[in-house]
Amino acid sequence: MDNPAAGSMQDLSPPSTRQIFAGFLGIGLMGFGGVLPLARRMLVEDKHWLSPQEFSDLLGLCQFLPGGNVINMSVAVGMKFRGWRGAFAGILGLTAVPTAFVIVLGVLYDRYSGDPHVQHVFAGLAAAAAGLLIGMAWKMLKPLLKKPAALLVVALLFAAIAIFRLPLILVMLVLAPFSVLLSWRSGR
Amino acid sequence: MATLIALALIFTELSLMAFGGGYAVLPEIQRRVVEVQHWVTPAEFSALFALAQAAPGPNMMIVPLIGWHVAGLPGLLVSSLAKFLPSSLITCLAVSVWERFRDRPWRAAVQAGLLPVTAGLVASSAVVITLASVTSLWLAVLTGVTAALSVFTRAHPVALLALGAVGGLVVSFV
Repeated sequence: MDNPAAGSMQDLSPPSTRQIFAGFLGIGLMGFGGVLPLARRMLVEDKHWLSPQEFSDLLGLCQFLPGGNVINMSVAVGMKFRGWRGAFAGILGLTAVPTAFVIVLGVLYDRYSGDPHVQHVFAGLAAAAAGLLIGMAWKMLKPLLKKPAALLVVALLFAAIAIFRLPLILVMLVLAPFSVLLSWRSGR
Repeated sequence: MATLIALALIFTELSLMAFGGGYAVLPEIQRRVVEVQHWVTPAEFSALFALAQAAPGPNMMIVPLIGWHVAGLPGLLVSSLAKFLPSSLITCLAVSVWERFRDRPWRAAVQAGLLPVTAGLVASSAVVITLASVTSLWLAVLTGVTAALSVFTRAHPVALLALGAVGGLVVSFV
């Protein structure tokens, strides 16, 4: 699957702007739920634009920066091969189909949200979406359970954002450096 | 026009703070859109979030959906640009300097330090959306079952959303 020879051969002919657009368009089309595994398969296994190592590396960068991982990935891959035009092609490809989908959903919501049956459907959808968020939060918290410093940060953030509903920018300015400092000290 | 400017300001600010992805800024989106601007009720916000989760692609399609709901096509374009452009510009710049700072020790410390921040924000998202969505015992059961299935099985998120929609529909006929 991850044939290094195939990867290096492909490196000689980087994808065109159009190919970058088409590649990410495919991810936007199919990616219901999690798009990251799909992005990896397209970039590493199908098209050999990136080696597994390059993918992990770029993902590390995309997770480090603000913004969604896959959105950042589409920009970073486009930028890497074709500069600004490639970056634009990547994000445009990724978001085109989902945006059209959202317009359809928005029209349907505006038209039918008054219907009592539809309201129940939306209530059920929202309840399920809440459940998915709880599941995700649990998966993120589990690895931190044995780290008192990390749990302190989680608790402070939770109190500030969920209970006191403080503005995010204030909370981030105080707690993000605090948390980085804690991890810096424990890392030494 | 005032609405478009407000959309642009809110989502530009959030674009630059979305460390750990979109779910981290969900409680702030809810606070601004529901509590500050009063564009939608908490229940409507939860419904829009759930709808956006049913769309393919990246997971923060609630942003253009809110823009569309509040100000039509101009709202959708403004909110999308505001949410995706600033963070994308940073990504573009970072790609060119990444080689220089990826192996620095402070990079790992910053990344490790942001992890509990993201976890705390996602936990806040879960509570904020749950409190706004769960308005009856039956909906609480739906939320609990979905959460359990997402943790203990490999069920697909869209399948679980569909389960919720069907569950809601069933109740409306009871």
